[in-house]
Amino acid sequence: MRPLSSAFAAGLLLGVGLAVSQMVNPAKVIGFLDVAGAWDPSLLFVLGGAVVAATIGFGLAGRLTATPLFAEAFRSPTSRAIDLRLIAGSALFGVGWGLVGLCPGPAIAGFGLAPGSLALFVAAMLAGMGVFSLSESLLMQRHPPRSA
Amino acid sequence: MANFTPVAAIVGGVLVGLAAVLLWLANGRIAGISGIVGGLMTPQRGDLAWRFAFILGLAAGPLLYAGLGGAVPAVEVTPSIPLLVAGGLLVGYGTRLGGGCTSGHGVCGLARLSPRSLAATVTFLVAGLVTVFIARHALGA
Repeated sequence: MRPLSSAFAAGLLLGVGLAVSQMVNPAKVIGFLDVAGAWDPSLLFVLGGAVVAATIGFGLAGRLTATPLFAEAFRSPTSRAIDLRLIAGSALFGVGWGLVGLCPGPAIAGFGLAPGSLALFVAAMLAGMGVFSLSESLLMQRHPPRSA
Repeated sequence: MANFTPVAAIVGGVLVGLAAVLLWLANGRIAGISGIVGGLMTPQRGDLAWRFAFILGLAAGPLLYAGLGGAVPAVEVTPSIPLLVAGGLLVGYGTRLGGGCTSGHGVCGLARLSPRSLAATVTFLVAGLVTVFIARHALGA
């Protein structure tokens, strides 16, 4: 139960952070992205606060323990490639983010507050993720990765 | 800059960062929301429960804060239905193709000093800025 409790607690804390910082409000995010309008730099301060806290925390965690408290190993992202997939995917994400003012975290956190307003966006987001997973598995079937 | 809320932004941001540290220290996982949600679509044994627990917590967080008397902002969703659907599809597909979103690349990746995440973060920030500029000013919407 402990890994489930800690995952729940981490989600809860992240949700509180997104509420405190008002990032659950898409209008607040659009206010940041709209540099030619009444620009609101708040999002930059959210990102800055989060990155500084996480940098210090990750560093301390690394010195504290070689394995996570409730799991067998740290799962570091393995990919280091700056390739077309990374850039194209991030660009598509950025366009969607700009159209609505929602990214995955605030969409789910905001869903708890205003399910009626966000259900359609969340459903479309899940569908987009589903299309990706489906296209990946089809691609793998047609062109299985060759073993070296 | 009438709507600028620097203190709430920094305090909330630090909480987001601490949440990422907690998930890393306790579960050994990167707090990337798109990866955590997207992982539900390629289910693997023993890998689903923590994802659901995290997502449940994330949705409950703002409600808890409101319950404790915190000032929770309104969730102002103004785009039309077609724009909401298009935006959702792009965010879902794009974050999976790019391997992360604002939390995974933006917060965790930058904190881990990953050049890959920096490239992703700059790309989605620029794409977002350009999209809003075109939608709000060039098209005058």
